[in-house]
Amino acid sequence: MSKSASVVSQIGQIRSKNVLGSVMSNVPKLLMPVVGLLLFLALWNGVAKTIDTSLGQFPGPAQVWEQSMTLIDEHSAQREKADAFYARQEERNAARIAKDPSYEPKIRPFTGAPTFFDQIWTSLYTVMVGFVIASIVAVPVGILCGLSRSAYSAMNPLIQIFKPVSPLAWLPLVTMVVSAVYVSEDPMFSKSFITSAFTVSLCCLWPTLINTAVGVSNIDSDLVNVSKVLRLKPLSHVQKIVLPASIPMIFTGLRLSLGIGWMVLIAAEMLAQNPGLGKFVWDEFQNGSSESLARIMVAVITIGIIGFLLDRLMLSVQRLVSWDKNAVLR
Amino acid sequence: MQSRHLELSQVGIDFPTPKGPFTALTDVNLKIAKGEFISLIGHSGCGKSTVLNIVAGLHTATTGGVILDGAEVREPGPERAVVFQNHSLLPWLSVYKNVELAVKQTQKNKSKKEIRDWVLHNLELVHMTHALDKLPSEISGGMKQRVGIARALAMEPKVLLMDEPFGALDALTRAHLQDSLMEIHADLGNTVIMITHDVDEAVLLSDRIVMMTNGPAATVGEVLDVKLERPRDRLALADNPEYNHYRHEVLTFLYEKQKKVETVSSRKSDKKSSDSKKSNAA
Repeated sequence: MSKSASVVSQIGQIRSKNVLGSVMSNVPKLLMPVVGLLLFLALWNGVAKTIDTSLGQFPGPAQVWEQSMTLIDEHSAQREKADAFYARQEERNAARIAKDPSYEPKIRPFTGAPTFFDQIWTSLYTVMVGFVIASIVAVPVGILCGLSRSAYSAMNPLIQIFKPVSPLAWLPLVTMVVSAVYVSEDPMFSKSFITSAFTVSLCCLWPTLINTAVGVSNIDSDLVNVSKVLRLKPLSHVQKIVLPASIPMIFTGLRLSLGIGWMVLIAAEMLAQNPGLGKFVWDEFQNGSSESLARIMVAVITIGIIGFLLDRLMLSVQRLVSWDKNAVLR
Repeated sequence: MQSRHLELSQVGIDFPTPKGPFTALTDVNLKIAKGEFISLIGHSGCGKSTVLNIVAGLHTATTGGVILDGAEVREPGPERAVVFQNHSLLPWLSVYKNVELAVKQTQKNKSKKEIRDWVLHNLELVHMTHALDKLPSEISGGMKQRVGIARALAMEPKVLLMDEPFGALDALTRAHLQDSLMEIHADLGNTVIMITHDVDEAVLLSDRIVMMTNGPAATVGEVLDVKLERPRDRLALADNPEYNHYRHEVLTFLYEKQKKVETVSSRKSDKKSSDSKKSNAA
């Protein structure tokens, strides 16, 4: 009797385990990321409390949240100030025109400090300029290297040597060159912007170049033969066969490049003092108030999220232009 | 004059290898008349494709040469259109655009309407007008090969070169396409050189079957004239003693005179090399 009862209870245990298993497998896919995130926040909160720095306790999630709200408030306050500034000018100008119709109104730009959101915008703009310059150079050179074995042999040592160079090593050189070469009375761009963008270009050239070269050199030889039978001229060969065939690889390179560019940008902005997220982090570090660490942490998270969004953006562009709709892109 | 349409004389080719030149082909002589349908048959690795590629201009013969209508073949060109074994349609272009590219490239004096008509006409020949806007990945293997043939025909070639065009297809699809090809050949009268592994296909389609010896240093072994009446009907021919005689001739050549001794290890290495080729292409 007791034996059979224990068997029953065992079966019951097995069943209850199975129920647990089926519940786990039916958990919506969204839940696990949320669980991971919550665990991370708890861990962060716990560890942060145990770290004391000269700028006070290391910020936990709550302080970071608070500071991100403060940054938003500062932004809207600054915007209001700017709006008021322009409104005052307009009023004044209108009054002067009423007095003296020949008066030509002048609008002076608002010169308040850039807010966190202005700095995000500057960073995005800078990285895009650097990335576009790099792509304009890397894709054609990559195609050339993919088409011609000798071009590849000539370029390969240069690629291998310059690819691993840190942006911080380039930066002093780029800074000096920009100062020497970019001389103008009324500069369209600030020097810090050009230095940062150019450093980004130098570092995110390589993945696109290498992936394009590999993509082009691996084109199905039958497709190349088709082009030969049709006697396509070199330019239309590139345009009609090479480019479409290597689009997937080119985009793999572009995505890697943009990711690297975004990482490099933060370092470049710190040193070049381009008013973007890198400068924000640097200024907060130099400022050294009790809120600085939390504000830097806000920047860290923002940088991460923007990097992720940039990658998703490239991925959707890749999906749009790629002919191979069945390819798994991730 | 007719026998002077396409002529291969003393064609041989050496490929450089680390161990010195490897002679793949030697002393291939062939005279092909206009409108003739020729099959090249032989064991794999005997250099059939190399012969075809030399005629196409994709390979250059080390010795001898190919003359088409009085001019030497030096480079690939649309007058010697190739149908590749794995269709090799451009995967990013629709069926229509794939053929259109060939037409636009080879017949530059045509107006827009003429181009469209000619593309549609050639797709009509292979019965593919129902899938104009489909991408190659959206149609079956047999359909892709049909489009490949339409693209080759649209170049108005003097010679149509087919490299195992139906090798990758199942038996039923292959039979359909063979019938289509016979129809087209009867209509247009192109000169055709086709590589095949399939004895039935060779006898059914060809005016002459060129049987090649085993490599290295492969050459033409025997040439068999197939004098069956056209149009040919595969069902009627199945019991035709003449047809069976031709089959027997080819089979005798392949399995008695040129018996290929394949050891397991050589097969393995064969497979390996073809695999690595594939992964290189991908």
